[in-house]
Amino acid sequence: MGVSLVADQPKAAEHRWGMAIDLDRCTGCEACVVACHAENNLPVIEPAEAARGRTVHWIRVDRYYEGEFPDVKVKYMPVLCQHCDDAPCEPVCPVYATYHNPEGLNVQVYNRCVGTRYCANNCPYSVRFFNFFEPHWDSPLELQHNPDVAVRMVGVMEKCTFCVQRVQRGKRDAKEAGQPVADGAIQPACVQSCPAEAMVFGDLSDPESKVSRLAESGRATRLLEDLGVKPKVFYLQKAK
Amino acid sequence: MKSNMATTVHTLPHDRLQEDVWRPLRETSTRYVITVLLVGAVALWGLFCWGYQIHKGIGVVGKNRPSMWAFYILNFVFWIGISHAGTLISAILRLTHAGWRKPVTRAAEAITVFCLMIGGLFPIIHLGRPWIFYYLIPYPNQRVLWPNFRSPLVWDLTAILTYLTGSVLFLYLPMIPDLAQLALHTTGWRRFLYRTLALGWTGSDREWHALERAMKLMAGLILAVAVSVHTVVAWDFAMAIAPLWHSTIFGPYFVVGAIFSGIAALLLIMAVIRKFMNLEAYLEPRHFENLSRLLFLMCLLWLYFTVSENLTAWYGNQPHEMQVFGTRVRGQYAPWFWLMVVCNFIVPFVLLGIRRLRNITTISISSVCVLIGMWLERFLIVFPTLAHPPLAAAWTTGYNPTWVEISIAVSTFAAMALLYLIFSKLFPIIAVWEYRYVPDE
Repeated sequence: MGVSLVADQPKAAEHRWGMAIDLDRCTGCEACVVACHAENNLPVIEPAEAARGRTVHWIRVDRYYEGEFPDVKVKYMPVLCQHCDDAPCEPVCPVYATYHNPEGLNVQVYNRCVGTRYCANNCPYSVRFFNFFEPHWDSPLELQHNPDVAVRMVGVMEKCTFCVQRVQRGKRDAKEAGQPVADGAIQPACVQSCPAEAMVFGDLSDPESKVSRLAESGRATRLLEDLGVKPKVFYLQKAK
Repeated sequence: MKSNMATTVHTLPHDRLQEDVWRPLRETSTRYVITVLLVGAVALWGLFCWGYQIHKGIGVVGKNRPSMWAFYILNFVFWIGISHAGTLISAILRLTHAGWRKPVTRAAEAITVFCLMIGGLFPIIHLGRPWIFYYLIPYPNQRVLWPNFRSPLVWDLTAILTYLTGSVLFLYLPMIPDLAQLALHTTGWRRFLYRTLALGWTGSDREWHALERAMKLMAGLILAVAVSVHTVVAWDFAMAIAPLWHSTIFGPYFVVGAIFSGIAALLLIMAVIRKFMNLEAYLEPRHFENLSRLLFLMCLLWLYFTVSENLTAWYGNQPHEMQVFGTRVRGQYAPWFWLMVVCNFIVPFVLLGIRRLRNITTISISSVCVLIGMWLERFLIVFPTLAHPPLAAAWTTGYNPTWVEISIAVSTFAAMALLYLIFSKLFPIIAVWEYRYVPDE
């Protein structure tokens, strides 16, 4: 073809991003959900559409109830894209709109997406979202759009990116300062906003990073582990 | 019907046969014109709905999260299934030298071509951004990107385009001698059309041998393509790790289902053209009888596959699969499931299995039931699974189709009728030359 798009890319990635979420700390306040909306220009879905199951929350808080009323215990579980190493959404996309980037992020290329929605069918965590209509914000919400994040058009899939714009910014800042990326310097919006500090983001390729140590702590499990899709989000809870 | 039984086609002179088959090409009744206008209007309404959907966004249909695939995919599988009526059955009959195939083959092959044209549209209608559907087609492009050959959807596109090409050839090749004859007997634009399409056929020995060789080759190839096409359609589901989709049985299960619904569609269309084109002398009860035996066989095979699929899922008792299985067999979707069993098994088994009950009317009733049942089967494959993904928090209770997708689904039936009506006005629906070339096998 004459043009090489591959040559510029790094041979082996320096980082492998992952996240740990402490379920014993999560209070279910949904600050992460709101922060994600603001950071990533998520469309505002009208109540009637939301009732039809068309909400777009790249991170959601699932609730599970234990026991019988009035003796009920509620468990909260924030669920976002698990950025699986063997992501089932990737091979089924006919146009490479969803692919694995060298740093292990499962990324969505909006311009390529034709909207087959196969990826959403094949995602066991149901964390892929579709733009059924042209996105909409009630005025003046459109004035607070984050300029670092593209607004998605009608007919394409979207999903959590681990705030890839913040990851890129963090790497650039570190490069300009001539230093490696410090552990904890990069925080996705959900991590930054969590008042209970239940979420930790970091580099899994660095064994000394906080997220790596938490993942190895013995309290970590992965969601739907038996499917073998190798998620990079670790849920921490007291071992029973 | 009895009066026609006396004059079977073998006692008829060839000229009479040619006359009977060519008559619809010359004479156009008011009834025909009204039907064409009617189905044409419905088909246009479907096109309008599609335009509306593109203009507003795919949200005008009932899709939601997690039910991202719905009506359009269901209808896609249904139409591709029916397309197996034609080419596959015609190829089997040709390869086994079944002498009774002669009046059946062309009607069947035409079904395949039109069903594929309609079925092939559905995945495009289904897309979020249908105007760039060509991103799936492998060709050197400015995006410097090939499609993802690991995706079952790319296999699907390849398979269906191959099948469509093969089916058009399979329909066209044995039509050439008829077209040459027609060119000699017509004037005006028809003569121009037939002469162009006849490709200068003169009827020499060499040409007949070439045609025979080509048809043998095509019959063999198209069989392989037909089986693989529906296997690939099944793999669109089976390659996904969704509960009750990820199953090795899906390939053959879909092929059997496709042939099952295909024969039903063929029998139904045969019954219709027999009545409305006055072809009672050619489409005899024995043709219906023979094809209905095939339908009966596929009915039993369908039962076998359905039991295999559900018994293994139930016995395995895996939580994610049992959730879907439960809603299907005894929950929300149970009425549809058991209606499917009645339509696909009980009705055809009784009506076709008991000889006293078997005639063209009961065969037509069975065929309608099978078509409804097979549509329901695809419904039961697509909907319950998607509504129950592995994480219970994401479950939804149901799916409500909107007027847009219902209109489009209905209009495709009208489009099928329209294409068939136009075809039957332009080309002889029975291969006349086959009676002359091999008088009696």
